Amino acid sequence: MTVELRPTPFEPFAELSRFHESMAEQRRSAGALATFIGTMRDFNEGDTVTRMTLEHYPGMTERQLAAIVETARARWQFIDALVIHRVGEVWPGDPIVLVGVWSSHRAAAFDACRYLMEELKSRAPFWKKETLGAGERWVSCNTPGYSSCG
Amino acid sequence: MSIRVRYFASLREKMGRVEETLAAEGLETVSDVWKAVSEGRPLPEQILCAVNMDYATPESLVADGDEVAFFPPVTGG
Repeated sequence: MTVELRPTPFEPFAELSRFHESMAEQRRSAGALATFIGTMRDFNEGDTVTRMTLEHYPGMTERQLAAIVETARARWQFIDALVIHRVGEVWPGDPIVLVGVWSSHRAAAFDACRYLMEELKSRAPFWKKETLGAGERWVSCNTPGYSSCG
Repeated sequence: MSIRVRYFASLREKMGRVEETLAAEGLETVSDVWKAVSEGRPLPEQILCAVNMDYATPESLVADGDEVAFFPPVTGG
């Protein structure tokens, strides 16, 4: 299980490939890989967004992400998981988050991947601040997944 | 000994500070800590709290040496 915070841009397809290669013999029993890649949009709530800053709580963010992966592990049978999340400045089109779950079968891969993503959205301490044409604003709430902050 | 209090994101900007240190005497719960840093105001409903980097509630107990954090709803991913 790998959880990483990245202060600089990353290339999700290369990361998936590298991680897959590093699994060596284990990947022979992986019949399924489910992935989610979240990238920065250039709009939000009707406004053009030119840049975004991702703040986090060093220590707690890593701790919460690790706990989310452990909870998923107790619930679904999967071989390995990779979670990468950006911090710092991001620009439209930049990948923000990557979740990959390798499992023997698709059900656990899909379900655990969705679970990791939804839990990350609702529990991992990250905060987005958008730069607009005129000024900045904090994103107050994520769009609904399984749950919403209201 | 003391309690370290940290703020993040929009709340950090609203408080006008990143963190502060309080004497632990008289502080039993997260709610007590909030009152001590906010002139006695109740903890806003949407504000989340953590003790030693685990999610907590206003009723959670605090002790000497703890790190207490307050922050708005998270918006990662």
